[in-house]
Amino acid sequence: MQKTTPLLLGACVAVPVAAQAADLSLTVEVPQLKVSEYHRPYVAMWLERPDNTVAGNLAVWYQLPKAGKENGEKWLKDMRQWWRRTGRELTMPVDGVSSATRPVGKHTMEFKNGAFPQGTLPAGQYVLKVEAAREVGGRELVSVPFQWPPAKAQKLTAAGNAELGEIVVDLKP
Amino acid sequence: MKPSFVRPLVAALLAAASTAALAHGSFIVPSSTVLSKPAYVTFDAASGNDMFYFNHNALRGDITAIAPDGSAAPLENEVTGKLRRVFDVNLKDAGTYRIRTANPGGVNARWKDAEGKNKMWRGPAAEFDKNVPKDAAELRVGEGASTLETFVTIGKPSEIKATGQGLEFVPVTHPNDLYAGEAATFRFTLDGKPVPAGLEVDVHPGGSRYRDAVGDFKLKTDAKGEVKIKWPTPGLYRVEIEMQDNKTSLPQIKERRLAYAAVLEVLPQ
Repeated sequence: MQKTTPLLLGACVAVPVAAQAADLSLTVEVPQLKVSEYHRPYVAMWLERPDNTVAGNLAVWYQLPKAGKENGEKWLKDMRQWWRRTGRELTMPVDGVSSATRPVGKHTMEFKNGAFPQGTLPAGQYVLKVEAAREVGGRELVSVPFQWPPAKAQKLTAAGNAELGEIVVDLKP
Repeated sequence: MKPSFVRPLVAALLAAASTAALAHGSFIVPSSTVLSKPAYVTFDAASGNDMFYFNHNALRGDITAIAPDGSAAPLENEVTGKLRRVFDVNLKDAGTYRIRTANPGGVNARWKDAEGKNKMWRGPAAEFDKNVPKDAAELRVGEGASTLETFVTIGKPSEIKATGQGLEFVPVTHPNDLYAGEAATFRFTLDGKPVPAGLEVDVHPGGSRYRDAVGDFKLKTDAKGEVKIKWPTPGLYRVEIEMQDNKTSLPQIKERRLAYAAVLEVLPQ
């Protein structure tokens, strides 16, 4: 299990004085699969507004460019909703957002308001999207709607059926 | 003889129709339509009634690949078999490539010679007088222009620019940004102006082998020359429009036929 805090970009963005100190903690489970050929999934996590426009990328796990290995960018399009909504607009790797693929297990990321990869998250309705695509495997998209900033502490859960395990969104005002 | 992408059906039908009307059932299918980075894409080009099966003939005529900057990308490893034509294109630039075969306009004539035999000629209007006898018996002349194309995008889709000439596809929704359950808006123009309202647009989904119904449907253009196509399922589709007008290049010709068809991929949500 690994804890990641992809907040580098956010740290450079000025935080408005009025910004609330709300927290979003996201746990994504990469499930154990009984398959003969297993490759770690590509996973993208991002926030959408109710009209499907993208409020920001939280994290993208993929095969990072590495000497002697095939460039993993080739398969980014397989996370097809992410690719359509935001992926194709980006130049990979994205500082503070992209990182290597993760092993089976639960992975937690903490985001503080003002310190999202895109800075402050304005108040409003959002949908957290988690999309996984696996080489010689399937693809799955899980959505978790939430209100920001949260009125009270809230634990939202969702789960994938195949390529994603449990998704937990912990909101703290 | 000018190359055209006529569907080589039975000779009788070939002789009875103009070039454009024969655009029915031809297709160019890419191995991928949406890619994250520059890559080779291979294409299958054929003609036939069933989308998108190779059961009739290979597609003939000139095929060009147009890069996002408007330059031509070379076709590589081209092979023409009995049932299908195959080629690769190295898509090196970010943006949208158009792979197309276009017959910008040609005249076809049929007549009977002194012995009563059927004669036929197809070519540019300027060469008509040289090739068709002035006293040709039972002369019938037609004119047509036709385009068949498909689109492949590397990275972010780029604008599909119209030239303002002939019958054109002017997508409002990008042709590599199509999803099942959503509606795409496409405009058709003739010489840069919207085509007349009420023109029929045929939508043919692929994969008919695995179901009973062909599944095709028709829509009509609105006052802006547009149609909204709601894609029922993911998959490959052929979208086609045909029209006639009287802007002919020779006084003998009463009617010009124009046809446009695109092969499009619709992705699941």
